Amino acid sequence: MASSDGEVKVLGTWSSPFVMRARIALNLKSVHHEFLQERLWEGKSQLLLQSNPVHKKVPVLIHGHHTISESLIIVQYIDEVWSSAPSILPSQPLERATARFWAAYLDDKWFPSMRGIGMAEGEDARRAAIGQVEEGLVLLEEAFGECSKGRPFFGGDRIGYLDIAFGCFLGWLRVTEKMTGVMLLNETNTPRLLKWAHRFCSDDAVKDVMPETEKLAEFAKMIMGRVKGAAPGTGKS
Amino acid sequence: MEGGVVLLDFWASMFGMRVRIALAEKEIKYEYSEQDLRNKSDLLLQMNPVHKKIPVLIHNGKPICESLVQVQYIDEVWNDQAPLLPADPYKRATARFWADFVDKKMYDSGSRIWKTKGEEQEAAKKEFIENLKLLEGELGDNLYFGGEGFGYVDVALVPFYCWFYAYEQCGNFSIEAECPKLIAWAKRCMQKESVAKSLADPEKVYEFLLQLKKAYGIE
Repeated sequence: MASSDGEVKVLGTWSSPFVMRARIALNLKSVHHEFLQERLWEGKSQLLLQSNPVHKKVPVLIHGHHTISESLIIVQYIDEVWSSAPSILPSQPLERATARFWAAYLDDKWFPSMRGIGMAEGEDARRAAIGQVEEGLVLLEEAFGECSKGRPFFGGDRIGYLDIAFGCFLGWLRVTEKMTGVMLLNETNTPRLLKWAHRFCSDDAVKDVMPETEKLAEFAKMIMGRVKGAAPGTGKS
Repeated sequence: MEGGVVLLDFWASMFGMRVRIALAEKEIKYEYSEQDLRNKSDLLLQMNPVHKKIPVLIHNGKPICESLVQVQYIDEVWNDQAPLLPADPYKRATARFWADFVDKKMYDSGSRIWKTKGEEQEAAKKEFIENLKLLEGELGDNLYFGGEGFGYVDVALVPFYCWFYAYEQCGNFSIEAECPKLIAWAKRCMQKESVAKSLADPEKVYEFLLQLKKAYGIE
């Protein structure tokens, strides 16, 4: 197994849910790390361009002389290098496959549909976009039931891979709720996720890296003001 | 189906081919079930209700969806032979990165080659070749990606090889002329039985693509 020696740095932005995944994973493993903030609106730093030349995006994990990109890949790397408890991925292959499946669903389908709300033009389009997000949340509510098996998190008794993959979006979800006036997580459709969201955000590994909804909402307004038609949640550019 | 392995698949799917290769590498006996994608079976809809897509791997009656998730599952369950992911965490992260790159870039730019014409098609060809060149760079002088023998990235990418002929015909260009090292790598992979048995015939793929184009109303 690789050595856990070497300086650890996360290159990212405070507003990006993807960057948050890396920081939560490191916090869960109690790994001391430096957070290097990119000011993406002022152009990408040399360090970012050098350490992620293929995609030029945050987050990037710098561990000694290694650089790792793509948030879910970073989380798995962290789990494998700092392999002492707590484990982030489940231990059973079928549970791991299920967690990976839903993480991919979140990135490929659900989060883009949430960004779609901000980009929708006209009331009908907006309502349709909100409907799509709500349908996705119902699927995730069901997935929570299956994965948690009555325990507090997708990962069981502690935060795991799917909690991190989904929980990182809660800040932007709350901003979207504020902007649309629609409670996307609610007692009627997603009672378990509603409780899980509070639990997740209060966790020691999460609370210092989850941005405040007010701050994110102001940031979203600023982005939308600067770039016409841009959607909230673009921590990656 | 208890204890058994079933693969719901479509003969021309690059994603299905990945799983076929992984199962063959591990010498796993399984039932291959060809699916009609224009008339999806109840089994497919039941086993992949979220995406309704192939491939679906069914093991002990439980479905696993998404081809790279399936390949990792196969690697983890049948871990006694032919490891696909390396043991070192950094090499694993690198392998996952490049497989993810293939997923994000290759299918999309490849599809645009046959779906578009004129300037749009030229742009698609350019992007496709640029992506292949990045992959060539990553391969370097190694026989296979990762330098440790046939593995995860090879499995993720090599199925696209049987679609190259179709892309070349539609786009009127030669991939080998632009990326000779990558074609040499692909031919090397084709010498492995697991790959040769799993990939579709490029001529048949091209015929299929012509039918698809008709169905999409593309000349």
